[in-house]
Amino acid sequence: MSANQLALWYLVAAVSFILALKGLSSPRTARRGNVYGMIGMAIALLVTLALVYSRSKNVAPILGGMAIGGIIGAMVARRVQMTQMPELVAAMHSLVGLAAVFIAVAAVNNPVAMGLDAPITVGHKVELFIGTFIGAITFSGSVIAFGKLSGRIRSAPVVFKGQHFVNLAIGIAMIGFGIWFCMAPPETHWMPFIIMMALAFLLGFLLIIPIGGADMPVVISMLNSYSGWAAAGIGFSLDNPMLIIAGSLVGSSGAILSYIMCKAMNRSFFSVILGGFGGETADAAGAGEKKQVKSGSPEDAAFLLSNADLVVIVPGYGLAVARAQHAVKELAQKLSAKGVTVKFAIHPVAGRMPGHMNVLLAEAEVPYDQVFEMEDINSEFPQADVALILGANDVVNPLAEQKGSAIYGMPIIEAHKAKNVIVNKRSMASGYAGLDNPLFYMDKTMMVFGDAKKVVEELVKAIE
Amino acid sequence: MTSGVDPIVVNLIVFVLAIFVGYHVVWNVTPALHTPLMSLTNAISSIILVGAMLAAGASDLDWGGWLGVVAVTLVSINVFGGFLVTQRMLGMFKKKEPRPGGGKE
Repeated sequence: MSANQLALWYLVAAVSFILALKGLSSPRTARRGNVYGMIGMAIALLVTLALVYSRSKNVAPILGGMAIGGIIGAMVARRVQMTQMPELVAAMHSLVGLAAVFIAVAAVNNPVAMGLDAPITVGHKVELFIGTFIGAITFSGSVIAFGKLSGRIRSAPVVFKGQHFVNLAIGIAMIGFGIWFCMAPPETHWMPFIIMMALAFLLGFLLIIPIGGADMPVVISMLNSYSGWAAAGIGFSLDNPMLIIAGSLVGSSGAILSYIMCKAMNRSFFSVILGGFGGETADAAGAGEKKQVKSGSPEDAAFLLSNADLVVIVPGYGLAVARAQHAVKELAQKLSAKGVTVKFAIHPVAGRMPGHMNVLLAEAEVPYDQVFEMEDINSEFPQADVALILGANDVVNPLAEQKGSAIYGMPIIEAHKAKNVIVNKRSMASGYAGLDNPLFYMDKTMMVFGDAKKVVEELVKAIE
Repeated sequence: MTSGVDPIVVNLIVFVLAIFVGYHVVWNVTPALHTPLMSLTNAISSIILVGAMLAAGASDLDWGGWLGVVAVTLVSINVFGGFLVTQRMLGMFKKKEPRPGGGKE
């Protein structure tokens, strides 16, 4: 196969990747989009395999590795629970990062096999340096994110004095050794390369430990972006435009998701990166004067719900933790059967990663045309007879509309505009932001305390 | 035409244009599908498997080549796992049938 043919096949693969992302613009075309992605990947891998075969005939180790990895991947994909998606995605980012580092090391060791000039040019060394350090940061950062998301490490932010200064110093040192590597002749360039790599691993670790559990949606989007840039960096060093295109698509996708998540939490990207937010502050609030809340039984709530015309359900992560999605779907069905219109309102940060709550509801077979994004449903709350809030707190806190409050400006679901509000919570503890929620003390609000799953199941029974 | 242009410059052109394409395509993704978007982009970023294959396919496998083989194995987990889990998730969004009276497609 000529170099031109190869490049054209790679072009086909790159276009398939773009079509794959385009497919996700609607749930109807999404599956086709994913198939485009698979086709693009299959083309790229087959063509590369043919190239390797024509060069060295040595494809057995590759096929073996792919078989082992493929079997593990397929098993994981089948078994993983939807609540575990954030962990899975974090774990996968770490693999991409580590592989990028390995490829760069292999390229430094044997440039000819990768189609590079034998003493590597300075230009390619710069690109390898960039690919390596982004890959290394992605790896160690994702490992920490995985640990925090899966509960293997405490998700509270780890903060120490002079942290940012230490990170900055390590970053500068890493770049220094990187430049040394680029300038050094092949005989002596290993030492600075390895030190640079070690510093990058350390930096990825230090960058993520100060970030608390509440900010994980941003972190995981950010690491998504990094894994893309790492792939693009490797593409530069191998002079492979397809890798650059695919990597940039992923990189910009992750960057956009990070931006959307930051906006939904009303936090600047910078303050998330600097960390220290979203940990132990939760119990600090609520010390002020004791206000009266009106609490009711599931039966009272069921009475309100079954006499309503329009009910809007606002699910939060507490719902997913209690594994109440299926019970909620049953509740929605029961109400629909009684002629009540049921809609779901999703805040962008309702889950642990972008779009997480939508997947959880889809898994419970809630039809996606009943599920609405925040901006699309907020105007309907004044007409809603009941807003049923399940395991959500900060995202429905009307303080966000009050100047001077800690979350002022954060976009919220305007549940307080509904005619009646039913809130299910385990206790009166405040949310991540550590703020009291005036919604709970409104006259039209009824609190139903208890585990989300139990309460919803009792609601279903009471509606019979 | 590009005879006098350094490949790095060509790569840079491709890079910048691809970012623009990515930017516009991703803003069109419906927020409901942001989780599948992440698992799909994750699968796509495992395109670095191409680089791993080149390293693993060297004619004499020294330690660097074996590192390539390890990279092939790691990224293959991503390729298969990423696309399959995305397909599984998107399948959940498809199910509209079990509604009373519903009978679309």
